[in-house]
Amino acid sequence: MNPETKKVEFSEKAQKEIREILTHYPDKRSAMLPVLNLAQAEFGHISEDVMVMIADLLDLTPPKVYEVLTFYTLLNEKPVGKYLIQLCRTLSCALAGSENILGHLKQRLGIGIGETTPDGLFTLKTVECLASCGTAPAMQVNGAFYENLTRGKVDKILDDLKRGAQPVLKPMGEN
Amino acid sequence: MKYEKVLHKNLETPGYAGSLADYERLGGYLAIRKALKEYAPAQLIDLVKRSGLRGRGGAGFPAGMKWDFLPKDPAITRYLCCNADESEPGTFKDRQLIERDPHQLIEGMMLAAYAIGARVGYIYIRGEFVYGAQVLQRALTEATRAGYLGKNILGSRTEIDLHLHRGAGAYICGEETALLESIEGKRGLPRTKPPFPAIHGLYGKPTVINNVETLSNLPHIVNRGVEWFISIGSSPKSPGTRIFSVSGHVNRPGNYEVPMGIPLRELIYEQAGGVRNNKRIKAVIPGGASAAFLTESSLDVKMDFEAIAQVGSMLGSGGVTVMDEDTCMVRAALNLMEFFAHETCGKCSPCREGSSWLVQIMRRIEHGHGRAEDLDQLVRICNNIGGKTVCAFGDAEIAPILSTLKHWRSEYEYHVKEKRCMAGDRGEELVGIGRH
Ligand SMILES: Cc1cc2nc3c(=O)[nH]c(=O)nc-3n(C[C@H](O)[C@H](O)[C@H](O)COP(=O)(O)O)c2cc1C
Ligand code: SF4
Ligand code: FES
Repeated sequence: MNPETKKVEFSEKAQKEIREILTHYPDKRSAMLPVLNLAQAEFGHISEDVMVMIADLLDLTPPKVYEVLTFYTLLNEKPVGKYLIQLCRTLSCALAGSENILGHLKQRLGIGIGETTPDGLFTLKTVECLASCGTAPAMQVNGAFYENLTRGKVDKILDDLKRGAQPVLKPMGEN
Repeated sequence: MKYEKVLHKNLETPGYAGSLADYERLGGYLAIRKALKEYAPAQLIDLVKRSGLRGRGGAGFPAGMKWDFLPKDPAITRYLCCNADESEPGTFKDRQLIERDPHQLIEGMMLAAYAIGARVGYIYIRGEFVYGAQVLQRALTEATRAGYLGKNILGSRTEIDLHLHRGAGAYICGEETALLESIEGKRGLPRTKPPFPAIHGLYGKPTVINNVETLSNLPHIVNRGVEWFISIGSSPKSPGTRIFSVSGHVNRPGNYEVPMGIPLRELIYEQAGGVRNNKRIKAVIPGGASAAFLTESSLDVKMDFEAIAQVGSMLGSGGVTVMDEDTCMVRAALNLMEFFAHETCGKCSPCREGSSWLVQIMRRIEHGHGRAEDLDQLVRICNNIGGKTVCAFGDAEIAPILSTLKHWRSEYEYHVKEKRCMAGDRGEELVGIGRH
């Protein structure tokens, strides 16, 4: 363990939520994913000190948290950009032209898959089927769906985000 | 043909926003009242057994029969889990049911929990459904405030608590035992079966896992009865409606709730508006990425469990992906093989190693470096995976390659011989899988 690890703490609000979460299960370890999801929302990614803190909280050894952290693709071990773009690459989206959208995103952002723009604003990833196949091609930005993508629509989304608009959570087909 | 909607009735009602008040206005939570009053748990299990309701998550197992496997001793704690992991490529029906009519699902879970005697239920929802989780959490809070959930629901001394459990990105967690591991705070590695979850499930206790759509059927079966339910659909073994998620090269992709057993052709041409640009159909996947590709010659097959099995595929998750005549089958199969190779959990070697070999060979063929012996090699590897793995993922991942090789071997051979694709270039707008 790195001796220089900083002491990290959940916010009051998150601590309250965690106390509630723990009442849902007969076993503390079950709070693993809920707490990891909460930690990611709070800290952006799960650093080593966050991992150690969660292990403490759940009375587990850090490797038990680490093996979970590395198994689930939505959990980030490393920092990502302010906006995490996750474009679906699976069949229905590919049939609807997701490769074009990917090319366009790469070109507009000037980065490749898995990379972050130098200003720290955007990280680009491709992901597997998002259950948006009827509104393909689809992507998520920080968990919000954007569907029926075209080049023009992507331009508008990127411009809005750059201007500071926040991604809005909406039901299927409405974004 | 227009058909009566059942699970989609509320959400297709203009102005319906899925709130508790909306749901109650359209007759919501009458089924649980009726069940608590008129049926003992064993009678409710019997009712669902007689209805013939089969699982909508993939395997099509009869729901009532699954419930009946649980030990009868009421002193044993048992759990209910709703599988809302919906990650099977081509499938997006559960997402809509969750986002648009969350109380229908909650009432369905209450009925299932009451029938099996579970006091606690978990909804395992895939991590990507951030909006869906928000909607469900709001609905759970509403239902608890209104006395539908909690220690003494509707004054019946029955206790039911439901909790939302968000995943974090892993297709395999849709497999029911991986789902249980995931709720327990572990990596989502499928367990060896037996023992089955009905005996040894969550925290080692008897557990029922049912899909969102399966559970959402329950209020309707209780309200309208077994006779009514059986009267929908064409075959005695596939009663009820089915929500098909239609995507790919169709004019109106979307979720369509229809009686089980309508012809595939009707689903594509009447419900989903036919194929874009009046192209011909080359291939259809009838039940999610784990189901074998069908050719145009199977379009008259009935969309029920038995008929689809007879033509060599499966109804699976109800995800229907349509590919037109320009689509390259090698590329389509490679796309799905890449999905499976990415999603294997790595627990058993045939699946872990095999999936990466299959992707490598498929990429080689697709990129014009294929060798004559590659085609037989693909089949050999597939045969060493099928039936030899811990979970059904192994059988699923070989379906795209084996079925495309069977129906379109000449396309594979062309790739190997000519070092390119025989499917046409489809121009800018429609680009996708047809273009190289
Ligand atoms: C690899 C794999 C992935 C699965 N994914 C899902 C899924 O996302 N949603 C689902 O409901 N069932 C999924 N299943 C099926 C479940 O294991 C289980 O059969 C189902 O949830 C039972 O519910 P049902 O009887 O109501 O269909 C999957 C199965 C396998 C083998
Ligand atoms: S078949 Fe694949 S996904 Fe299933 S347990 Fe084995 S390695 Fe994991
Ligand atoms: S294939 Fe892209 S959302 Fe399903």
